[in-house]
Amino acid sequence: MQTVLGQPTPVAIGFFIFFVMITLGITYYAAKKTKTASEYYTAARSITGFQNGLALSGDYMSAASFLGISGMVALSGYDGMIYATGWLVGWPVLLFLIAEPLRNIGKYTFADVLAYRLEQKPIRIASAVGGLLTLILYSIAQMVGAGTLVKLLFGLNYEVAVLVVGIVMLAYVLFGGMIATTWVQIIKAVLLLGGVTVLAILALSQFNFSPGQLYASVVADYGQKALEPGGLIKNPLDAISLGLALMFGLLGLPHILMRFYTVPDAKEARKSIVYATGFIGYFYIIIPIVGFAASVLVGRDIIKGIDKGGNMAAPLLAEMLGGTPFLGFICAVAFATILAVMAGLTLAGASTLSHDIYVSVIKKGKADEKEQMKVAKFATVIFASIAILLGIMFKGQNVAFMVGLAFAVAASANFPTILLTIVWKKLSTSGAVASILTGAISAIVLIYLSPTIQIDILKNEAAIFPLKNPAIVSMTLSFLVAIIVSYLTPDKISEEKYEEGKVRTYLAVGSE
Amino acid sequence: MNMKEVGQLPEFHDLVKRRWTVALVLTALTFITYYGFILVLGYSKATVAQKIGEVTTLGIPVAIAVIIISFFLTLFYVIWANNTYDRLAAEIVNKMKKD
Repeated sequence: MQTVLGQPTPVAIGFFIFFVMITLGITYYAAKKTKTASEYYTAARSITGFQNGLALSGDYMSAASFLGISGMVALSGYDGMIYATGWLVGWPVLLFLIAEPLRNIGKYTFADVLAYRLEQKPIRIASAVGGLLTLILYSIAQMVGAGTLVKLLFGLNYEVAVLVVGIVMLAYVLFGGMIATTWVQIIKAVLLLGGVTVLAILALSQFNFSPGQLYASVVADYGQKALEPGGLIKNPLDAISLGLALMFGLLGLPHILMRFYTVPDAKEARKSIVYATGFIGYFYIIIPIVGFAASVLVGRDIIKGIDKGGNMAAPLLAEMLGGTPFLGFICAVAFATILAVMAGLTLAGASTLSHDIYVSVIKKGKADEKEQMKVAKFATVIFASIAILLGIMFKGQNVAFMVGLAFAVAASANFPTILLTIVWKKLSTSGAVASILTGAISAIVLIYLSPTIQIDILKNEAAIFPLKNPAIVSMTLSFLVAIIVSYLTPDKISEEKYEEGKVRTYLAVGSE
Repeated sequence: MNMKEVGQLPEFHDLVKRRWTVALVLTALTFITYYGFILVLGYSKATVAQKIGEVTTLGIPVAIAVIIISFFLTLFYVIWANNTYDRLAAEIVNKMKKD
């Protein structure tokens, strides 16, 4: 087929400019309502459960899930469906284990929850290490993805694309804070869900609206293998380790956890997770239809010819079924997706730098509103600049593993301490700090020694560590270290504060 | 009644215990659903690859079911929390304010 992908099309650019204008308009409006630190970080807790559910979906459904999973289904068939389930199953666990206690004890960041009972300085610094590491790894993957994608979609130069993403997201966060970020995420979620729905309906219309007929065509072209599990799960332990990283990584993603402070109370927080699970689940159920239809209608060879990873399966299908205007719309949605995710990451990074490090550690909590805002905005610029720089530095690198690594670090460094601080009385400051550092270091060292880096990237013959994702080992280590060190260094203050905090955790008495 | 006294009320202990019982049972169900699926995939690909229609394999509805079950587990928790948990918590808070 003929495609206009890779050339700047007026429709795609038109849709994109329209999206940016609308969202910058909202940012202008949000800027007038963003005067205090609470408004900047949490939208003054004014977001409803339903809105936050959409925003969480917008924060979580990255271009990697939209383009990556549809591409994986298009090229490898059923394996893509297996992968998609892993991205959803963290949400129920997030709700059952940590969401409400987190909402009741915290203020702006997940580190507030740890600092409630543990010693401020060490725990804020350690959790900032885990949090920033997660955010930066995730940002690199997003920024490199943005540059490559925008080049493929619009034909823009890589560096220009990274700069455009960086500057637009900086504008949202810097001027509009959490209110603007939330609305960008809501609009993006609606556009993405709507766009993929239309694409799936158009695709199914080619098969008399019968999934059976679609599957039959897939089998006719690529054999029964396309509907059977293939190479994704070679070794069950590897699959479980990846599953653990995806599931518990979600429970340690600072930009997702931060969203629970935007709603007024725990009740709205829990509702927002049901909405998010519904939207994201729906998305992962229909995205394989897009992938399978692309493999039949567009063809695997053409998809691979444009991008080896299959990322262009959905845009190519859109062009085939809806012509250049629909392609333009889907490209703009993909771009908006990256912007919204980056805005969330930047705000979370800025809050860690300013609230956790500057205000809580350096100024020991003694900073007035004006100073807090000034520092928050300064930190936003710093984090966005780092993201842009890293995006340009990692040009042309294979960064697909970085999302897996970000989830492994989140699951190993951030999640164990968050869970233990909520449920375990004996957790001590030293135990928590040791656990965070162990989780972060072991996840990074093990992924370096794993086949993901040794074989796939460095092209070595073998890898010292056998698993592709280290979470099963690094997360277990992190829990063990937390428990052992806490027993060795009893922390009376932490135990007392834990008892005091229980009433607030479960009854929301004294929550902000 | 101060925070410390509330924390020692038997009703409060009971509430915390019930919350975690419900949460852990639901977490276990999520684990069984997802890791069960992965283990079957790991140890017996043939089970998932068997045909249930002309070409459709059992794996397709099962993967969709994993997502739908996860959603209903969250829905169940929220309905329980909105009705039972919030009511019990409100009773304790009212008692606290009265004394």
